[in-house]
Amino acid sequence: MKILDPVIKVTSFASAQSVILSEKTIAKTEEANNFLTDVANVFLFITSIFKETFSRDFEFKEFFRQCFQIGNKTLPLISITGIIMGIVLTIQSRPTLLNFGAVTMLPGMVAVSLIREMGPVITALICAGKIGSGMGAELGSMKVTEQIDAMEVSSTNPMRFLVVTRVLAATLMIPLLVLYADALGILGSWAAINIKGDTSFFLFFSQAFRHVEFMDFIPAFIKSFLFGAVIGLIGCFKGYNAGRGTESVGIAANSAVVLSSLLVIITDMIAVQITDMLVK
Amino acid sequence: MKTEQTEIKNTETVIEINSISKSFGNQEVLKNISLQLLKGENLVILGKSGSGKSVLIKCIVGLLSPDSGNIQVFGKDVTTSNRKDMNELRQRIGFLFQSGALYDSMTVKQNLEFPLRRIKKQLTQKERDEKINEVLEHVGLADALHKMPSQLSGGMRKRISLARTIVVDPMIMLYDEPTTGLDPVTSNEISELINEVQRRYKTSSIIITHDIKCAIATANRMIMIQDGAVYLEGNSAVFENATDPFIKTFFN
Repeated sequence: MKILDPVIKVTSFASAQSVILSEKTIAKTEEANNFLTDVANVFLFITSIFKETFSRDFEFKEFFRQCFQIGNKTLPLISITGIIMGIVLTIQSRPTLLNFGAVTMLPGMVAVSLIREMGPVITALICAGKIGSGMGAELGSMKVTEQIDAMEVSSTNPMRFLVVTRVLAATLMIPLLVLYADALGILGSWAAINIKGDTSFFLFFSQAFRHVEFMDFIPAFIKSFLFGAVIGLIGCFKGYNAGRGTESVGIAANSAVVLSSLLVIITDMIAVQITDMLVK
Repeated sequence: MKTEQTEIKNTETVIEINSISKSFGNQEVLKNISLQLLKGENLVILGKSGSGKSVLIKCIVGLLSPDSGNIQVFGKDVTTSNRKDMNELRQRIGFLFQSGALYDSMTVKQNLEFPLRRIKKQLTQKERDEKINEVLEHVGLADALHKMPSQLSGGMRKRISLARTIVVDPMIMLYDEPTTGLDPVTSNEISELINEVQRRYKTSSIIITHDIKCAIATANRMIMIQDGAVYLEGNSAVFENATDPFIKTFFN
């Protein structure tokens, strides 16, 4: 028996290890399975949004209400951020440009930076926080309290009424908010320049827009639509597919912000690469 | 509690459920259930929490699909209907949700207007307003017209939710736990309202509950569900006089 003891120990250790390994494999497989299911669900979600967007009974009233809500909710935040973006960019860039003797380039540099990159990305990130979380929480709580089911039994397609209107409103409103943030940023820059000098309004703007070309403006404007679509889509997807408990409302809101912010950055990177290839 | 119940004489079936089963993962919630709802009757479905009662009525309105079996509503098979046909059927079915499911972002008036605008499209604004005032008076909350759902108590929310359901003149009413979370007095009032709706609007109803007082007050017929299958069927007297230990425990 004593001779067999080590053999028994090794065998039981090996079987325990194999159980742990197989449990880990099952857990990893489940994770991969859940990820693939999520991807498939997003794809199906986008497909049904497209289908419902072009249906006959479009909910125009709810669409305009959502446009107003998005604008109304974010306007103060975008105004403050826009002005601060312009002021900070100007104050930070001025010393370097002074060193190179290129301070006259400051309005142009700020305008190009704001229009091409800072305006769209910062505005989209703020909207991801404000609108994305709002959509996630609102639809999530509607799901938990059976309001979406109530809509369904009232012969109303909740996908058309709740999701399509929100996604389209975000897609349309975010480019407009970006334009507004760009304009306020440039105004902020003019204000910042006048803190340490005296530049007339018309001189500043003629300097600023002398450096802005058509191809600075168009790609940025197009990617703003993509940012809007991403924010609306992720916010609605997370809310619409929230679980049944109240905890899922918080999870939906939180994951809507995190995922839409991340996707805004990734979309930006792809858009910049594509623009770079096309402009060349 | 004293409520008047309508005597049911006809045998015309409005809902026929044939051998439906439904599982969520490994959990079998409904096992081969069959039942019928007769025209004009109040059918109470009793059962413990988690016995599959709510799943059953959600299958009737197409919010859930059964894994097998079929459900005929006014002779149309719900399980094979497309969205268009289903929406047409839903216009004749009212569903009172357990939580009330009032739209938080809308006033009471807008909540009632929402299904009216979609189901009774032919009505003018004046006719819609008249209809809304009429049903609010029926549920005793005519003065709540411009209130938000957050300003209403639990009982008031249930009443408004009931008003939103009956505003489109449904022929079938499905009540999912109508008295859950309410005090005994409000529960009695809701039970009386259920009977009042049956009399006034000539509806056929399925009432899902585990509130025995509500069941006895409203039922023309009762069905007890246990472990996803029909356990006992009959009128109130059959249940009250049952010697089965499970039924006795439930009724005591």
